[in-house]
Amino acid sequence: MTTTNGVASLRLISDEIDGFDLSPSDTEEVHVLAVDDSFVDRKVIERLLTISSCKVTAVDSGRRALQFLGLDEEQSINGFDGLKVDLIITDYCMPGMTGYELLKKIKDSSALREIPVVIMSSENILARIDRCLEDGAEDFIVKPVKLSDVKRIKDYLTRDVNLGNEGRGINKRKARESCDLSSSPPSVITSSSSPSSPSSPFRSPSILSSSAPCSPPSTLDSPTSRLKMTISD
Amino acid sequence: MGVLDNQFLQLQQLQDESNPDFVAEVVSLFFADSERLLNDLTRALDQPTIDFKMVDSHVHQLKGSSSSIGAERIKNACVAFRNFCEEQNIEGCMSCLQQVKQEYCLVKNKLETLFRMEQQIVAAGGSIPMMELSF
Repeated sequence: MTTTNGVASLRLISDEIDGFDLSPSDTEEVHVLAVDDSFVDRKVIERLLTISSCKVTAVDSGRRALQFLGLDEEQSINGFDGLKVDLIITDYCMPGMTGYELLKKIKDSSALREIPVVIMSSENILARIDRCLEDGAEDFIVKPVKLSDVKRIKDYLTRDVNLGNEGRGINKRKARESCDLSSSPPSVITSSSSPSSPSSPFRSPSILSSSAPCSPPSTLDSPTSRLKMTISD
Repeated sequence: MGVLDNQFLQLQQLQDESNPDFVAEVVSLFFADSERLLNDLTRALDQPTIDFKMVDSHVHQLKGSSSSIGAERIKNACVAFRNFCEEQNIEGCMSCLQQVKQEYCLVKNKLETLFRMEQQIVAAGGSIPMMELSF
């Protein structure tokens, strides 16, 4: 191994680049509000998020979520905008307020509408998924939630923070139109059938992930990869 | 069909030295949750007039939590159960309830055995290797 000055300094630079962390700095951990009425699911999502280096607040209902966010009329936590929430991940089927209703309330609020909302559901119903995405959900995860789902969401959340949120709504609509024309089949995949256990109704991972082996035509599959694709264009 | 599917492996992957009891904790929650739901279901199906919506709601919850820990057979039994609820078929529901209870007992036994064995291994000075996911 030759060690001319040129080679040595090149190596130093590449080491620095390798060590450069693209995610939010340590002082700004991603804070996720998780909403699920199931004890088991709350525990699992909490662990999945923690292991993905997110700060987690887990609540058991839409009502409590709104209270935490300061939106509940009866019990708003006045002046409490201390704990900024970067992402809300909510179950769809919950007694009282469904995840969809929670989504609507958040998107209707000028204070909160910028917070991305991800919906989880054990039921892979295309009409439900479409409705949620059209009404502002960032993504839709079919349960059971896996580590790869959380990683995917965290990745594009971090990327959005870096790239800014301009035109996301427009991109999403454009991307969805092209998705309708694509030949990828609407999946009725259940997690027990496929060995690759897809957990999103459209196949992940995102095309921008370096580990993604998927071929270009399938890039329209995941709502998130559609978003990322249009942002990167 | 396996008693525990890939999802259980996923949970095991989330356990480490900083959270050595994660799987046991989730499973305990699952046991408590399931037993409550099975009691509610038994009671609901014992009523003179059966509220199938309520029964379906309980089964939906059970299906969800069993899916989350990878208890595949319970989950599948719940799917059949929900179909009978939709048809308002009392006999079908009763038979499904029995089946769900059986599957639950099976999973519970297997998991309790697993935890006991793991404890014995650790107590004897060994360690439990992390399973590698090959998919």
